[in-house]
Amino acid sequence: MPTRKRNSPAASRLIFGDLWEYDPAPETADPKLKERYDLFIDGRFVRPRSGRYFPSINPANERKLSNIALAGPADVDQAYRAAARAFPKWGALAGRERGKYLFRIARLLQDRAREFAVAETLDGGKPIKESRDFDIPMAAAHFFYHAGWADKLEYVAPGRRVSPLGVVGQVIPWNFPLLMLAWKLAPALAMGNCVVLKPAETTSITALKLAEILQDAELPPGVVNFVTGAGETGALVMGHPGAAKVAFTGSTEVGKAIMRQLAGTNKKMTMELGGKAANIIFDDAPIDQAVEGIVNAIFFNQGHVCCAGSRLLVQESVADRVVAKLKNRIRVLRVGDPLDKNTDLGAINSRAQLSTIRRLVASGVREGAVMYQAPCALPERGFYFPPTLFTGVTQSHRIAREEIFGPVLSILTFRTVDEAIEKANNTAYGLSAGVWTDKGSRILRMSTELKAGVVWANTFNRFDPSSPFGGYKESGFGREGGRQGLLDYVSLS
Amino acid sequence: MSPRNSTAAHARLLDEVGAVDQVGVEERVAKYTTRSIKKEAKSWGLKTAVSMTDLTTLEGKDTPGKIESLCRKALRPYDGPSVPTVAAVCVYPSMVRYARAGVGSSGVKVASVATAFPSGQTHLRTRLAEVRGAVADGADEVDMVINRGAFLSGEFSRVEDEISEVVEACGPAALKVILEVSELETFDNIRKASFLAMGVLRPGDFIKTSTGKTTLNATLANNQVMIEAIRDFYLDTGVPIGMKPAGGIKTAKQSLQFLIAVKETLGDAWLTKKRYRFGASSLLNDLLRQLEKERTGAYQAPYYFSDASESY
Amino acid sequence: MSALAKNRIPVTKTPKVYIGGAFVRSESARTFKVSDRSGAFFGNMPQCTRKDLRNAVEAAAKAGPGWARRTPYNRAQILYRLAEMLEARSGELVASLVSFGAREADAQRGMAVGVDRLIHYAGWADKYAALLGSVNPVATPHFNFTVPEPMGVVGVIAPDSPPLLGLLSMIAPVIASGNTVVALASEAVPYPAILLGEMLATSDLPAGVVNLLTGYRRELVPTFATHAHIRAIFASAGADDRKALRLGAAASVKRVRFAEQSGAGWFADSAQGLDLVRDFVELKTTWHPIGS
Repeated sequence: MPTRKRNSPAASRLIFGDLWEYDPAPETADPKLKERYDLFIDGRFVRPRSGRYFPSINPANERKLSNIALAGPADVDQAYRAAARAFPKWGALAGRERGKYLFRIARLLQDRAREFAVAETLDGGKPIKESRDFDIPMAAAHFFYHAGWADKLEYVAPGRRVSPLGVVGQVIPWNFPLLMLAWKLAPALAMGNCVVLKPAETTSITALKLAEILQDAELPPGVVNFVTGAGETGALVMGHPGAAKVAFTGSTEVGKAIMRQLAGTNKKMTMELGGKAANIIFDDAPIDQAVEGIVNAIFFNQGHVCCAGSRLLVQESVADRVVAKLKNRIRVLRVGDPLDKNTDLGAINSRAQLSTIRRLVASGVREGAVMYQAPCALPERGFYFPPTLFTGVTQSHRIAREEIFGPVLSILTFRTVDEAIEKANNTAYGLSAGVWTDKGSRILRMSTELKAGVVWANTFNRFDPSSPFGGYKESGFGREGGRQGLLDYVSLS
Repeated sequence: MSPRNSTAAHARLLDEVGAVDQVGVEERVAKYTTRSIKKEAKSWGLKTAVSMTDLTTLEGKDTPGKIESLCRKALRPYDGPSVPTVAAVCVYPSMVRYARAGVGSSGVKVASVATAFPSGQTHLRTRLAEVRGAVADGADEVDMVINRGAFLSGEFSRVEDEISEVVEACGPAALKVILEVSELETFDNIRKASFLAMGVLRPGDFIKTSTGKTTLNATLANNQVMIEAIRDFYLDTGVPIGMKPAGGIKTAKQSLQFLIAVKETLGDAWLTKKRYRFGASSLLNDLLRQLEKERTGAYQAPYYFSDASESY
Repeated sequence: MSALAKNRIPVTKTPKVYIGGAFVRSESARTFKVSDRSGAFFGNMPQCTRKDLRNAVEAAAKAGPGWARRTPYNRAQILYRLAEMLEARSGELVASLVSFGAREADAQRGMAVGVDRLIHYAGWADKYAALLGSVNPVATPHFNFTVPEPMGVVGVIAPDSPPLLGLLSMIAPVIASGNTVVALASEAVPYPAILLGEMLATSDLPAGVVNLLTGYRRELVPTFATHAHIRAIFASAGADDRKALRLGAAASVKRVRFAEQSGAGWFADSAQGLDLVRDFVELKTTWHPIGS
């Protein structure tokens, strides 16, 4: 930098004030919600045997959106029987015909994309910008991509014949409700399986709206069944003897419980669990773009992302600079009404999750890390948390080891490449990692050494139906997406 | 300078100022295009953009009559209520005195391009004489072009020294330094050139993207590279330099996206014509058209606005 | 032709070829007569010349970089939309094929196979790279990867029978990977290609990606063979034409492939697949050190 008289830091400060306030810009498309959503079994909406329903609320304002059916053992059993009845014909259907059902689903979802995006935002709390530009289009893309595999089975496992497993049980989380549903449903169906799936209890609405699309697509009854409920229903779905395979995405804790539950059975399983990804910034990284990458990594979807870059590992020589720029950057992030098109961070999905975040943040403060929060006014009702940074974090801090699943970034430093690798791998998790550097050979070395199922170099949180996703170690096993993801849904002979 | 020394000079400067990742910049600016600006916020943005416009005519066929007409438009863009004047009119040196007469004491500035705009390919003494001449004729601001040949050869001292001499020739006039981003090609180079220029500029001076005479002009991405450089320079030295994207901004919608970029990168202190300008010509009427739509609720036809070229 | 109402004169349609996204007559203004199966006059088909072919190649070359840069997902969606268009207008297409001599059952079946085949290739567009490309386990500390890339402008010479299914079956695998096409339709039954042009134009396919010519083989095959900007040939041809194509291709080292099916063979699954995509891609291998 050319030498210049330096003003005092206090004098050179940027003003991010209210000179030009963005006016409210609410998305107005109608989500077409029903007052009550029943179970979807055997191609029809049916009332739960118990007659019981539970409310689904909008975490942005705590108001009830709808009543959701509570599935009990008899309902789960009915769903599995319907799937088993549908399987022989579905599994034997010519691949080209099976694929066409999935293409229809993709296209019908694209037709109603805005309606689904609003519903997703209302039910889960994520900003409309994200459900509109990421969740819904990506869900449609997953159906579209997998549709094209249905008639290409001879390429799935060269040298082997593939055949479907039968009926699969699936349980999905609340952070990307429709997208996680697409990730589970599309490969399972493309390979000829039938499905019993339980959405997360706080976010069942888009799954049941998708059931309407399955009807419009004339999907044969019983091929897909949705049973809604909470942990108990989930255990029933995972444990039912009718499942040839189960797939679970959720917390590592629950994943372990399911693995214990299924010990002694023949069920195949795949797990996509938690993470505590290291996002590593080297001193030669383009700094402003790396800062943007940090923001994308931890504040996308309020940090409710298993592969979030929740640990920033920044090389000492640029640490101060990066942190200063990061603070300026998060000052212009907008937290608020998820339905406002200008909102960057929406609502935390539930009271329970908000309380978890607060608890862990308090531990960070207690253990001596230094907290910085963007000054922003949070709405009075609803569940919200501001973008938060912790500096002075070490590997021994709880906030460096435990998954917070919120908009909270723990910042650690390192001096050498080897140290970065050590710190990055020093965790029971292994889902993802980020590397920011201008040097190609270093990217490839880091990619080789990092124990993570997904490595993002000079980017973060990039997904594609053709790109296999999944973790090492306690982040789970199995892959979703790509040819590799199909292998978990077939048996080989 | 020998090619080897040139490479070394570039590498050293890049090391000092930091590299830029193009894909990363494009991703950042894509977020500006998803912002939704409505109602009062939109009207404020549109009026601010009008007040930031350097209304420009730079044609070989310009005449005093054209300048007079431009100045009238600058002083009174539209008959509607509370439409501000533009920031400046921007003309060739030979037209400065007509512009001076045209704007009078209205507060609209007279900006003159100089230094053998757009190529800059004459002797330094000729370029400096042109600057002095324009200032003598009444220019309040001078838009110069940097020596791209010297820059690309790594002769950074020469680039800086030439700018310093133009600063001196400007006297009280403000200086805007055109980097000509299309010829610098890479974002790394745009950042380097920005710092070189800012190092010798005064508060109230500007850096500017382009002459508007090549096929690639201002984009959200190159605007972002430059305003990030301005921000970093300001936080390091306390010296606030202004920014002027020029060429390629034709619609009100685009101009609002540029203002969003300023708001979220530089903050409120740069949302003023003292520190941000649009080098444009047809943009003005689109801003007026959108302002009128906000006021009345009805979409407008282009031919309601003076000096519009569309007849259909 | 149906007059739609009593005592009404029907409006006949002027056949035009689809080149560069527009519907045009031959630059020579020449035409040849086409009759329907009953021998009645149907229309005057553009008799394309080598200059038309040259113009089509320029259009294909201009459209090439943009088409190759589209995401595979986008190309897949466009191919799928083409299938949607054909399915929606299958009645008109079947009626047209029947009017030129096809049996109704064959025309229906050809339509079904054709639409499903387009969908088959739509499903390849975003997958072939994963199967044809690779990461190669070399014995030095380098990251070594192979990716397939489109060749460029590909010339297609379609069979006389089945006229529509054959043309579709040859175009789809070529454009799925990002190539652009200049195709010569069946000489005996050219009209379905005219209709196909209309469907290409309504499928979000960018102008110039597919260009369809009608005319005489003997006048056009020599230029297909020798035009240096055509990088590959995919032809349904007899022995003489094959020889001519191979001979002409030598001057610019064109890649030449012949379709081996005839008649009923086009209806089988063996007439589609990954190998047909592979025939029109180049493989590029890159090395990069893995280090600190």
